[in-house]
Amino acid sequence: MRLTRLQKALWAAAGIAVLAYGALLWGPYRAPALVSEAPFRPTFSLPDDAGRLYSPADFAGKHLLVFFGFTNCPDVCPTTLSEVAQVIDDLGPDADKVQPLFISIDPERDRRLGLAAFTAAFHPAIIGLAGDADQTRAAADSFRIHFAREDDAAAPDGYTMSHSPALYLIGPEGDWLRQFTYGTPASEILADLKSRL
Amino acid sequence: MKSVALFAALTLTAPAAFACEPFAVGDLTIEHAWSRATIGADRPGVFYVEITNAGSADDALVGIATPAAGMPMLHETVVTDGIASMPHSMSVPVPAGQTVALAPGGYHGMLMGLVTALKEGGSFPVTLTFQRAGEVTVTVDVLSMRAEGPDCAHAGQ
Repeated sequence: MRLTRLQKALWAAAGIAVLAYGALLWGPYRAPALVSEAPFRPTFSLPDDAGRLYSPADFAGKHLLVFFGFTNCPDVCPTTLSEVAQVIDDLGPDADKVQPLFISIDPERDRRLGLAAFTAAFHPAIIGLAGDADQTRAAADSFRIHFAREDDAAAPDGYTMSHSPALYLIGPEGDWLRQFTYGTPASEILADLKSRL
Repeated sequence: MKSVALFAALTLTAPAAFACEPFAVGDLTIEHAWSRATIGADRPGVFYVEITNAGSADDALVGIATPAAGMPMLHETVVTDGIASMPHSMSVPVPAGQTVALAPGGYHGMLMGLVTALKEGGSFPVTLTFQRAGEVTVTVDVLSMRAEGPDCAHAGQ
């Protein structure tokens, strides 16, 4: 049987792949390749409307459901907070094991407009946090999320905010567990949480 | 006089949900017009609606107007590379034979400069301007802040 050049190349590639796989399984690099990374523990230090400072340690033992947003946002933020409220309602007796947090990425304006009344309108369990510019940036960097102020003459006060719209789930020890992308139905979030509680 | 009419429009309580009543202009049917209640009038309100084009020609929603807000605009929520932003939309296409929804997470009317807080259970008029079909005024139901849409028996059909 004569092999074409392409077939030879493919067999050679297959051979290399087998050797590489063997090296992964038995070689000295096995351990580092399979050991997971150190836990990722995002952190924050931010006050609520009443000025009480919160950090992850205040919620030790609970799962955190964290959303970064701004209260002047008419579409994405109310939609997500409505879903969070639904999830908390549907958790029933397990609701006290999950703390929903709304972290303002537009803190100055949100404090002026009133953050607690806004979050309470969706669910009284949601704590709204709004720090100063540095605290806010530090929290966002820690969660590795993006937010930016975008000048828009047509927007209220001449600007709007772009931001990562996902929900982040933090475990009872402060470990980052997963994110729920924007638009994940409340039922899916609920099922995931129930499997962990 | 204008403010009296506005007051009446804003405080009008719907005996039956207006959002479930279709409005028509030309080949277009407009239904499920709703908004979320607001806390005060400092934050913008939102406007959602469904438009069905039963005709054979494409149309487009090119503007909205309402006595409830000083500056209503069409926006679209766009999520690109995990970042949500909300660019202004010049128009919302309503292709022939299709239904287009202004709905959470997509196109929506942003009602800036609210005249007064939008109260759950109330309603207000919005005039939609279409490129071909012209203008039509619909009644918008104000639902709770947590609402995800009107609860109509025929919704989704």
